[in-house]
Amino acid sequence: MKVGAPKEVRPGEARVALTPESAQHIQKLGHECLIEAGAGVAAGFDDAAYRKAGVEVVEGAEALWQAADVVIKVREPTEDEAGWLRNDQTLISFFWPAQNEAMLERCKASGATVVAMDMVPRISRAQKMDVLSSTANIAGYRAVIEAGNQFGRFFTGQVTAAGKVPPAKVLVVGAGVAGLAAIGTATSLGAVVRAFDVRPEVAEQIESMGAEFLFLDFDESQDGAESGGYAKPSSPEFREKQLALFREQAAEVDIVITTALIPGKPAPKLWLEDMVQAMKPGSVIIDLAAEKGGNCDLTVPDQRIVTDNGVVVVGYTDFPSRMATQASLLYATNIRHMLTDLTPDKDGVLQHDMEDDVIRGTTVTHQGEITFPPPPPKVKAIGAAKPKPRVKEPTPEEKKAAEHAAFLAQTKRQVTMLVVGGVVMWLLGLVAPASFMQHFIVFALSCFVGFQVIWNVSHSLHTPLMAVTNAISGIIILGAILQIGSSSILVGLLAGISVLIASINIVGGFLVTRRMLAMFQKS
Amino acid sequence: MMGQEFVSAAAIAASVLFILSLGGLSNQEKAKRAVWYGIVGMAIGVVFTALGPGIGGYWWMLPMMLIGALIGAYLARKVEMTEMPQLVAALHSFVGLAAVFVGFNADLERRRVLAMQLADQGAERLSAFAALLAHKTSAELAFLQVEAVLGIFIGAVTFTGSVVAFGKLAGKINSKPHKLPGGHWLNGGAALVSLLLAIVYLNGGGFWTLLLIALLAFFIGYHLIMGIGGADMPVVVSMLNSYSGWAAAAIGFTLSNDLLIVTGALVGSSGAILSYIMCKAMNRNFVSVILGGFGGTQGPAAEIEGEMVSIDVGGVASALNDADSVIIVPGYGMAVAQAQNAVSELTRKLRSAGKEVRFGIHPVAGRLPGHMNVLLAEARVPYDIVMEMDEINDDFAETDVVIVIGSNDIVNPAAQEDPNSPIAGMPVLRVWESKQVFVCKRGQGTGYSGIENPLFYKENTRMLYGDARSSIDSLVPLID
Repeated sequence: MKVGAPKEVRPGEARVALTPESAQHIQKLGHECLIEAGAGVAAGFDDAAYRKAGVEVVEGAEALWQAADVVIKVREPTEDEAGWLRNDQTLISFFWPAQNEAMLERCKASGATVVAMDMVPRISRAQKMDVLSSTANIAGYRAVIEAGNQFGRFFTGQVTAAGKVPPAKVLVVGAGVAGLAAIGTATSLGAVVRAFDVRPEVAEQIESMGAEFLFLDFDESQDGAESGGYAKPSSPEFREKQLALFREQAAEVDIVITTALIPGKPAPKLWLEDMVQAMKPGSVIIDLAAEKGGNCDLTVPDQRIVTDNGVVVVGYTDFPSRMATQASLLYATNIRHMLTDLTPDKDGVLQHDMEDDVIRGTTVTHQGEITFPPPPPKVKAIGAAKPKPRVKEPTPEEKKAAEHAAFLAQTKRQVTMLVVGGVVMWLLGLVAPASFMQHFIVFALSCFVGFQVIWNVSHSLHTPLMAVTNAISGIIILGAILQIGSSSILVGLLAGISVLIASINIVGGFLVTRRMLAMFQKS
Repeated sequence: MMGQEFVSAAAIAASVLFILSLGGLSNQEKAKRAVWYGIVGMAIGVVFTALGPGIGGYWWMLPMMLIGALIGAYLARKVEMTEMPQLVAALHSFVGLAAVFVGFNADLERRRVLAMQLADQGAERLSAFAALLAHKTSAELAFLQVEAVLGIFIGAVTFTGSVVAFGKLAGKINSKPHKLPGGHWLNGGAALVSLLLAIVYLNGGGFWTLLLIALLAFFIGYHLIMGIGGADMPVVVSMLNSYSGWAAAAIGFTLSNDLLIVTGALVGSSGAILSYIMCKAMNRNFVSVILGGFGGTQGPAAEIEGEMVSIDVGGVASALNDADSVIIVPGYGMAVAQAQNAVSELTRKLRSAGKEVRFGIHPVAGRLPGHMNVLLAEARVPYDIVMEMDEINDDFAETDVVIVIGSNDIVNPAAQEDPNSPIAGMPVLRVWESKQVFVCKRGQGTGYSGIENPLFYKENTRMLYGDARSSIDSLVPLID
């Protein structure tokens, strides 16, 4: 089938759904790739690069929509584009079906199949096509870079000849993908990072990224697993406590990055006007939730404003487009994975398997029907967080007591074994002849020596150890030698065979051990 | 001819040399000297005994020794390092068989001596051993019978057990557990009948009782090892190693020969310790390994989410080129695919590119304790980058890339995360803590134990399907 990517028409959108790299993978699935002339220029891919990757460059959007069987793009379709949709066509793009009902109706009417990339369910199998995560990752990174651009000081603390520079304090609100990416970027720039999230199970992730988790002491905590890994609205009491915590932080932090979103709802207001007032002049607020109304009271979407007290509030909504090359590479890879799932036989034919959780979840119109909202996926998104009991560090006294107890137990075991062994020896001595006891003592001592010696053998030399014990167990040859001189033919014969096979053992065992040991070399 | 005092002195010297020989295996450099101690000890033991009082039949003994030595030398030279497990098993069977024969001989000679004493004719030529017997009291002779029965029984179990182990390791017998109907009751019955026969024998039963005991023991050895699967072979081989030692020690008692007793005890305890280490490494109890098969699962295994994501050689190569630290975890699959030389070449290239490359070896990787170490040594991988599990397990978290080649159960996170797993509690290499894991595997099947491996479904795991050797071979040119 022909997979075509048109130029994005929305102003400011610099991304593209097909890169020369992803085109090569899509071609391996048996598809042909088309691209509208100039579609990749804003993202840093010129037409020549596409031609080199075997992509056909088509002049004009309409021609491309006519030629392609599968249209892949970034932003949801415009009115014009929806008009070009045909019955047998498949459209793969962002769609936001819950907010775009009119468009959903139009697409349904056209009979085309629409796959909404923003609807990819949060199950591990689908992570490779989770565009929300890959976009959020970029947004998180870019938010820190943007903050650094607006912020008049260093991120990292330094002591220089020209004076001491304190490290910047960054607060990240909401530790989703974007939040975690922001934490990672900010910590690697040297800032002191704190982070807050309503889902306590992310505390570990926050700490693993090198930030401090602001702990809110509250009984009612959310279990993110219930809502597919996303946050839910919280109760008024919880919200009050949360705001109090932020108010405390406001005076201290230099940079605030808010990423709190609740699916299908306007962004919660978490950074109120009074908190902005409390901040130091020159501080920066980056509101990644600006598109959904913003987490900060003062946010103006798509704008950078400066408050009266000198705090910069950035409400850009196009962070991914500001890093169009990276964003396109990731988005195109997500699309490519989606196409891989849609083309299971790699024969260039789309198979729309509505039994598949991922395909069912993302498909919003199919064969003239609206298939949104999808039923819940059969596989639960993430396992419920197991409460981890904290292991208490033993005090020195406890440690000492435990050591003492272990010592006693060991002594007890050893003494018991000695006593039992002694009794067995004594009983044996009662019945066995003296000559036997002499040999038995030799035997017991040899076992003892053997145990002591073998424990020191290095693990890596276990095979040579087996070979060498094999060789020396050929000592059985002595028995045969002692018997071989017998005048009985049968005894002589058996002894002879024993000598033969024991010799194989001795010579073979030693030689192979030598061969092995010679191989062990130090670097 | 030398006097008995020379023989005894030689025995002491040989015993000390054997102990030094085993003790010397504590590190690779000392080991090269230690094996000479063993050789010298053996030479002293054999030569002085052969030249001792009352030894005859040189015309028959020397050619046999020579032929045996030639066969042994030929085998040792020819064997491939991947075939070591088979060779070791085969050598065990020889010790077992020799112990059976020597045990039989002991009884035959005892009968002859008794008959002669009854007939009161001392003129017939006696072997050195028979001469010794002639001086024994009746109580000592009774004990000798017990010792002979023990030697024959253990020797016979060792013999057939090792033959079966050899067959399984060499792929001549299907390595799946296989039991006759009746299972362990058959073994138990055979052991019980052997005990009864032994009592009959001690109360004056004929030579046939010994023969029957040997036959029953042959059956037990065969059936016991048939019931044990391929991956438990490290335990089986060490156990048979131990048995061959105990058989030699029992024969030593029969022959009143201290050198045999000492050596047998050393070998026996060495094998016992190895079995213990292997069992501990699988978190299994010795008895359950011997009785074969994994115990019943204690509940449904946790469901595995996610999917196996495959990757091509190019992807692995680019990850390796970007990595600073690499750990390679080999398993039996590497030995099967004969991939050790390819792996060594990969290691050399990565190391010359300034990357830290190490190997993580699980104690039960392969079919023989230490099997992987020998294979890697053969392929000229320096031993100081080959680490034990305990040495390397904490380093996975700081490692960029882990390559798992042909191992499965020893890297299964279910052992630690899923209490219902049949291998729960088994210490495993925590490869999943690293940034990225590549699993080189032939297909999507489960490992020996038939347990699903959640590692393959982890987010940072990529599967590289195909024959280990050809995969690594095609990977090497892509490393720069």
